[in-house]
Amino acid sequence: MKPVFHKSRLIFWGAVAIVFLLLPYGFSGGFALSMASQMGIAIIFALSYNMLLGQTGLLSFGHAVYFGLGAFMTAHAINWVGDGRIWWPITFMPLVGGLTGMLFGLVLGFVTTRRAGTPFAMISLGIAEMVAASALMFTTFFGGEGGIATDRTFGGELFGISYGPQIEVFYLIAGWCLVGMIGMFAITQTPLGRMANAVRDNPERAKFVGYNPTRVRWLMMTLAGFFAGMAGSLATINYEIVTAETLGLVASGNVVLMAFIGGIGHFWGPIVGAVFVTYLQSALSTYTQAWLLYFGLLFLIIILFSPGGMANLVTLHKPALRAHLMKRLLPSYALAAATGALMLTGFVALIELLYSHGGGDLVSLFGLEVDTSSTLTWIVPVALFVVGIALFRWALKFVRRAWDEITPQLQASGVV
Amino acid sequence: MEFFLVTLLNSLSYGLLLFMLSSGLTLIFSMMGVLNFAHASFYMLGAYLAYQTGAYIGFWPALFIAPILVGMLGAITERYGLRTVHKFGHVAELLFTFGLAYVIEEVVHLIWGRAPVDYRVPEALDFTLFTLFTTQYPAYRAFMMLISVGMLISLFLLLTRTRVGMVVQASLTHPDMVESLGHNVPRVFMMVFAGGCALAGLAGVLGGNMFITEPGMAFAVGSIVFVVVVFGGMGSLAGAFVASLIIGSLQTFSVALDFSMLSLLGAVGVSVSEESNWYGLWSITLSQTAPVLPYLLMVLMLIIRPRGLMGTRES
Repeated sequence: MKPVFHKSRLIFWGAVAIVFLLLPYGFSGGFALSMASQMGIAIIFALSYNMLLGQTGLLSFGHAVYFGLGAFMTAHAINWVGDGRIWWPITFMPLVGGLTGMLFGLVLGFVTTRRAGTPFAMISLGIAEMVAASALMFTTFFGGEGGIATDRTFGGELFGISYGPQIEVFYLIAGWCLVGMIGMFAITQTPLGRMANAVRDNPERAKFVGYNPTRVRWLMMTLAGFFAGMAGSLATINYEIVTAETLGLVASGNVVLMAFIGGIGHFWGPIVGAVFVTYLQSALSTYTQAWLLYFGLLFLIIILFSPGGMANLVTLHKPALRAHLMKRLLPSYALAAATGALMLTGFVALIELLYSHGGGDLVSLFGLEVDTSSTLTWIVPVALFVVGIALFRWALKFVRRAWDEITPQLQASGVV
Repeated sequence: MEFFLVTLLNSLSYGLLLFMLSSGLTLIFSMMGVLNFAHASFYMLGAYLAYQTGAYIGFWPALFIAPILVGMLGAITERYGLRTVHKFGHVAELLFTFGLAYVIEEVVHLIWGRAPVDYRVPEALDFTLFTLFTTQYPAYRAFMMLISVGMLISLFLLLTRTRVGMVVQASLTHPDMVESLGHNVPRVFMMVFAGGCALAGLAGVLGGNMFITEPGMAFAVGSIVFVVVVFGGMGSLAGAFVASLIIGSLQTFSVALDFSMLSLLGAVGVSVSEESNWYGLWSITLSQTAPVLPYLLMVLMLIIRPRGLMGTRES
């Protein structure tokens, strides 16, 4: 039997570490650095969520609770360090958040994991609501509306690291992100990780083999709570403030979107999702008010047409790539992309017009000044959209035909 | 006494409204195994559509038209959304309705804006029905109860006394048998989904002007409805009814009561100084805990009796 971290995996994780190390040199500017920090936090959070949804089949709508509680505990811990009440280096603060998340995963998980499937989803939502509502009630710990502010430099300098500059925080996040990724990957390889998959697929048979499905779910919940709390802790260090929104339902919903858009069927799916969604959120929200709408629609489209998420799209093309048949697919894809872009342009223009409507007649759209009072302004996007849909559907026919053509060849060459 | 009676009446009307929402959710759940996360969004759509159509044709026609429109939207959702994702399993269905809730909220932002809209109680019902001691009881609340009860009785009769109801009930438990008897079960599913959504829409028409019509209303009521369904027992209409009334009165009463542990301690002769560390905790009043109570009740129920009040199955 191969060891869990055999040679090729060691090389892979080593490469990831080097990429993290070199990342700040690849781009310049504070914006990119702070986004990379956000992505690192999101990656840990999304992966810890996927320990539940992807690996154990538990659809949780309250995962931000563990993230948020870890974040709050860290904020208090840093402040205590500042007061001189305790001593604990900032570098290892994520352990404080992680243990907090783990503790609450243990306690709340006891209630939630007694059920699976749909009831679990509802109960996790109820628990999340309860914690979010309590956050506004217990103002000493949660700081009420204003939240808890902190200062990451309270720990003082240790080995010349003060965590004042963002670059040091980025390396802290990158380091813990790597630890988290490797740790969560390692869990998938343990007997517990395998049993979690069994409990997801067929709890009755798992029980028959002699494992208690409830116990397995509970354990996974506790471990997922640890990593979520760790991510929350890093968020506190990054932003230096925690508010009750951190553990609210919107935050919980966000991580569901991240994991699902990336793909819950693969270990690396949520990583892709976290990077993609974090980028979209900060990029789109600066351009448009309607970003949440686009976001929701993207989510619906992925569920309807590619329930495996973005990761699934990649694995779908692996055989074709291996058999050197991608060249047969690409022309039809290019056609679909072009017509799809047309459709999307019309749709986005229409939505943007609707949103800016009422704010005066002249609005800027894609950098153009347009007059919302003229009929033409409205007809063009609608026409683009309608024609785009028709053309896109026509282009999809070619995609389907290309797939039909190469499938027998793929089967013959034995890669499928 | 006055406080008690008035609050009781208020909680009754609120509880009935909750039941209108949870009955649709329960029916859809027990039939298709799908928990409709967007259910409260259809409630919101009901309120907004009633406001919009009411602006043109008045409240009374809107009372009928808005739920029908919501029901039609529900039918479209089932036919082109849920039926497509059905083959991917329950998680995908659940996530689909979850994403739909997002999109509906954003569409409401897009059309009606982020601020609350001015959806009012119709003038014909904007008077005091009776005065109880010193409190004036609004006629609209009574009207709300009347419509809810009427709706419930007709739903009950429809499900138990008519042929359509028989087919629906049979499809709940024996879909294959019903199919082989020549009924179109997918269409029955679509109609039930549409019906549940229409009920939510009606609740929105009635509740929208009683409370407030704003984009956040779906999220505010959505999780309470889930609590009701879990508390009452998944898939049990009777359980949902009892749970609606219990949760309704719990919320209404706790908001109105201003007791705290401090006053309780004071009554037995113990006083806590303001310097005490736990003063903040003791001085939390019951009305402050109101938002947490339903969830706490749900958690307690899950620990004591995981299947809920009248649920018949574990999951």
